[in-house]
Amino acid sequence: MSGIHVSTKINGDAVEFVCDVEETLLDVLRDKLGMTGSKEGCASGDCGACSVTVDGRLTCSCLMLGAEAEGHDIGTIEGIAKGTQLHPIQQKILDHAALQCGVCTPGFVVAAKALLEKNPDPTETEVRFWLAGNLCRCTGYDKIIRAVMDAAAEMRGQ
Amino acid sequence: MRYESPQTIEAASALLASEAGLARILAGGTDLLVQLRSGMVEPDLVVDVKNIPTMTSIVEENGGYRIGAAVSSAVMNEHADLCAMWPGVMEGADLIGSTQVQGRATMVGNLCNCGPAADSVPGMVAANAIATIVGPNGRREVPVIDIPVAPGKSTLAKGEIVESVFLPAQVKRGGDAYLRFIPRTEMDIAVVGVGVNIELDDSGVCTHARVGLGAVAIKVLLVEDAAKALIGSKLDDAALDKMAAATSAACKPINDKRGTIEFRTKVAGVLAVRAVKIALERANKRASNGGEK
Amino acid sequence: MARNPDADSAPAPKAVKTSTIEFDADKAKTFKVVGSRPPRPDGMDKVTGRARFGADMVMPGQLVGLILRSPHPHAVIVSIDTTAAEALSGVKSVITRDDFAENADHHDVLCNIMAREKALYEGHAIAAVAATSKAVARKALKLIKVDYQILPHVTDVDLAMAPDAPLLHADMITSGVTPAPTKPSNIAGRSEFGHGDVEAGFALADVIIERDFKTAATHQGYIEPHACVANVGADGMSELWCCTQGHFHVRQVCASLLGIDVSRLRVTASEIGGGFGGKTTVFIEPVALALSRKAGRPVKIAMSRDEVFKASGPTASSSMNVKIGVTKDGHITAGEGEFRYQGGAFAGAPADFGAMSAFACYALDNVKTVAYDVVTNRPKGAAYRAPGAPMSVYAVESVIAELAGEIGMDPIELRLKNAAREGTKSSYGPKFGSCGLVETLEAARDHPHYSAPLGPNQGRGVASGFWFNFGGETCSTLNINADGTVAIAVGTPDIGGSRAAMCIMAAEELGIPYERVRTIVADTSSLGYNDTTEGSRVTFSSGMAVIKASRKAVTEMCNRAAMIWDIPAEAVTWEDGHAKPSGANAGEFEPMSLAEIAATASKTGGPIAGHHEYNADGAGVSFGTHIVDTEVDPETGRVDILRYTVVQDAGKAIHPDYVEGQFQGGAVQGIGWALNEEYIYGEDGRLQNAGFLDYRMPVASDLPMIDTVIVEVPNPGHPYGVRGVGETGIVPPLAAIANGVSAAAGVRLTELPMSPPRVLKAIDDAKVAAQ
Ligand SMILES: Cc1cc2nc3c(=O)[nH]c(=O)nc-3n(C[C@H](O)[C@H](O)[C@H](O)COP(=O)(O)OP(=O)(O)OC[C@H]3O[C@@H](n4cnc5c(N)ncnc54)[C@H](O)[C@@H]3O)c2cc1C
Ligand code: FES
Ligand code: FES
Repeated sequence: MSGIHVSTKINGDAVEFVCDVEETLLDVLRDKLGMTGSKEGCASGDCGACSVTVDGRLTCSCLMLGAEAEGHDIGTIEGIAKGTQLHPIQQKILDHAALQCGVCTPGFVVAAKALLEKNPDPTETEVRFWLAGNLCRCTGYDKIIRAVMDAAAEMRGQ
Repeated sequence: MRYESPQTIEAASALLASEAGLARILAGGTDLLVQLRSGMVEPDLVVDVKNIPTMTSIVEENGGYRIGAAVSSAVMNEHADLCAMWPGVMEGADLIGSTQVQGRATMVGNLCNCGPAADSVPGMVAANAIATIVGPNGRREVPVIDIPVAPGKSTLAKGEIVESVFLPAQVKRGGDAYLRFIPRTEMDIAVVGVGVNIELDDSGVCTHARVGLGAVAIKVLLVEDAAKALIGSKLDDAALDKMAAATSAACKPINDKRGTIEFRTKVAGVLAVRAVKIALERANKRASNGGEK
Repeated sequence: MARNPDADSAPAPKAVKTSTIEFDADKAKTFKVVGSRPPRPDGMDKVTGRARFGADMVMPGQLVGLILRSPHPHAVIVSIDTTAAEALSGVKSVITRDDFAENADHHDVLCNIMAREKALYEGHAIAAVAATSKAVARKALKLIKVDYQILPHVTDVDLAMAPDAPLLHADMITSGVTPAPTKPSNIAGRSEFGHGDVEAGFALADVIIERDFKTAATHQGYIEPHACVANVGADGMSELWCCTQGHFHVRQVCASLLGIDVSRLRVTASEIGGGFGGKTTVFIEPVALALSRKAGRPVKIAMSRDEVFKASGPTASSSMNVKIGVTKDGHITAGEGEFRYQGGAFAGAPADFGAMSAFACYALDNVKTVAYDVVTNRPKGAAYRAPGAPMSVYAVESVIAELAGEIGMDPIELRLKNAAREGTKSSYGPKFGSCGLVETLEAARDHPHYSAPLGPNQGRGVASGFWFNFGGETCSTLNINADGTVAIAVGTPDIGGSRAAMCIMAAEELGIPYERVRTIVADTSSLGYNDTTEGSRVTFSSGMAVIKASRKAVTEMCNRAAMIWDIPAEAVTWEDGHAKPSGANAGEFEPMSLAEIAATASKTGGPIAGHHEYNADGAGVSFGTHIVDTEVDPETGRVDILRYTVVQDAGKAIHPDYVEGQFQGGAVQGIGWALNEEYIYGEDGRLQNAGFLDYRMPVASDLPMIDTVIVEVPNPGHPYGVRGVGETGIVPPLAAIANGVSAAAGVRLTELPMSPPRVLKAIDDAKVAAQ
């Protein structure tokens, strides 16, 4: 099996890797690049734990081949805090105790950030529907939704 | 397995045509990757069509829109004019999966996967969307309804690729709608899906109607009897009842993990009525806006 | 209450050495840290993706392990041929059951993690390979030849109990029946609970309602699939990294299955991505160890989601009958129920817990419950949040709601009239101590939700629920660092913020800020044995160990201060984080802070620490009452949850955010169970929905906010009054929602899940019946 050579940008850094055709972007991130912040909950697009952005657009990294990343800009959970400075969504998740086990949290952070970039003032219903592809089994979503709404308000300067 | 990412549709078609083993087109990959992962398909060649410019753009044409086959639903749903003209088709596509899935999934992938429950297909069928197909023998145009045959099986020949889908101009007093039934609010496969497109004359009489029906047979259906029940009426309750009965009668569902025969048959009629009511409201609104939006 | 899920035989009675510290009402009035909501110690790592879960570990030279699983629900395994797989380049080891010795202590566990004689369910492990890559391992699995002789199967509990049912185990003789049956069956055990004379009780009733109920099997649905990395050295020294609720238990079972001393196996619990009871046992861990031992290299196994559904431990499905009698003025005269649970291919369905908790909310003179633990060709169940209780309580609370309607009494009033309280002889035997059911009912009744108006096609449901809660073997260590910070090690994996709760309790005891205390979950070589994180026991038991360890450290710090001041140790007290001289002849000294004592510790005798080991007793029972508003689409049977309120007794909420989180999470799992989640089997005995798409857990857009009311009736068996809170929250929702949907639909629903086809059929059948 010959590998495919892929050049991408991940969280702003140029990254090159060689992958098998069958490998998903999630496999590459976790197993090749040691970026284990993106989680595999299902490998079939159902749970959102593997959420990343591709050229700014929210995607499941398990539903994309590593090879498809060629020439694209990938954003992962590892790139969201700037050094020790948390993104407001991360901070609000902590403040609202919007995590229990935390395995879904990276996916929610990536997905919520993509939402607020597109829609800085979402209604609760909009937040709930946007995040419907992110499963959380621990929290019942209540505190997560509150955290995202609160982060949105803070980012709007309210 | 090999991966190719050609720049033209002709090159893509040639790759597919010359592959001796199993070849698959990769658009958004939201069906294909799940199938690869589960071992359901084991292709020798995967041809990514997302780097082909004619397949990744939306262009206005004769008052309607030509949508490249590799355009993701998320991109399509950001096209305000397209959404205003064909809200039902766009909603059908928008119902596919999650926000994440939306970022990749295409209508044509939905169509060519040939699942009977494909959410964007009943709406396209109702709108009488036409697919442009490019293959080793050149281009041809085919109504969307003629592409799926059965789950995973289409009328496309070896080497053929759907390049785009054309949605014609909506008429002045026309409206469409798509409704599906799922047990949750999101992330479910349709148990029943109904797409309708209606046109009315100035007096409010229905002059044209198409009803597409999903998840109740081995493929998406065009229900002509349901359309007949509407045409010539003012979409009064009697006409709607008749249409609902025709819709239910067209169902040939199975009992499975997603629903029973009894349930699907009944709910198909219920949804059809609700969808027509929405389409009617849209048609009237469109007419009052002078045939726009 | 919890039960070792891997104990095949009844556990030998332990010599009971328990220690409790009683509730201290005065201290509770002056809490400084308890009841606050500080950020959790592991929070930063979890929002940035740095936290390492089961599958995130990489060991040098690590191989990929994959498991071959039976496609058949029931088959004799005639032969397994692994030669071709072994010969494949890149394959480093292949194992079957033959690589494990027989094990009398853990016979069922062994048979479950690796089949040999028979495959008992679709997904049952048959063999495993370790290879240099996933692709090679996958190829190797395909090269293993298994010759099956297919047998008839059974997946339904009632069918499995029939005399002519396909038999899973030729030697299964029902326990708990005298005289013992002479023939084997699929009924592993029968148990019975209660008191009084139910027939006499029913004779006093004005209204009697008897109903049959069914619930489908559901899965805990944790988002993180089981994963582990095993590394067995040539000398047998082994390490195992895994996501588990109980790494000490994992060590015990794995060491036994591998035939090594426990001291040779060090198990580290990774961060755990949800468990809810499902990670209290072993599935892949012994397999990874056996593969590693054979290959001489570390082996990682991570289950796919499909494997999680097919081959981990879901909960039981049930079939039940409940009969309750009541007088016109609302006195329950008798309650009776039979609860038949199937728990998969081996004994252990929590039918007994179901039968015990069914009527626990009521003070009854006459009550009788009978439980049957039944085996079927499904994966062996594991615990799931209050194992066994949600189903039986669903049946009982549905009948209670119907009775309230029949006699025209408010359903909360009916419950209040008959509610269990302190001193009530419980339906399963013991007398209740102080408990908070009445308080939750009153709070629910007085909540604005309960009197809010409803629209058309809407219905309100109420139900109460109960869970025992559990203590168990626990130990922890607390070290006072030289800089005045404090490091705590506990042995109970943190599945929902318990490290924060430990820090809070230590900070409270020591009188220092929360930020100066850190808690870790120690590996199995660093601490004595700890029971698993289950039974809502951690904040209670580990918390009490931390409090005791803190007090020991305080005593030692007082000793050190006494030494420095040269006064008797008894003349020093601890106040607000400082040692202070006290009493007549103590003398005048400036109080010394914890940091000051710590800084000079090297000169006063060396490091200061406290530790505590015990078998915790006195976990207080917990009750909750839920209110839900539902709306039913009469044309499609679709149910919407419009509003939801959880009221539950927490004893004392150490960190209220995480208490609310437990309430909300439990309620939403209950919503899933009530409405759409289910294991769907085909005629072929295969699971048809082994993925999230068709298993249908609630997603964010399905739900409203989940309101919570924390009631605090202190547990007399804990110094701060803590009761477990983790499990009770999943008990009331099934019934509450069934009551709400039945009210909205105008017809009583008696089967879960209340999926749209089922609701629509009930509505349509009722219409036909009415005509
Ligand atoms: C989590 C999840 C949820 C989903 N939910 C829904 C849902 O609610 N409703 C629904 O309908 N579907 C759903 N799907 C299925 C899937 O997302 C859709 O069918 C989607 O539209 C497929 O588009 P795609 O571009 O990703 O297709 P791909 O996977 O790229 O392709 C699908 C098939 O079409 C073929 N194909 C693709 N493009 C062409 C072309 N241009 N010419 C010829 N053949 C082509 C491919 O070879 C393949 O066989 C879901 C999938 C996931 C993973
Ligand atoms: S792992 Fe990608 S969506 Fe679940
Ligand atoms: S916090 Fe555990 S899955 Fe969300």
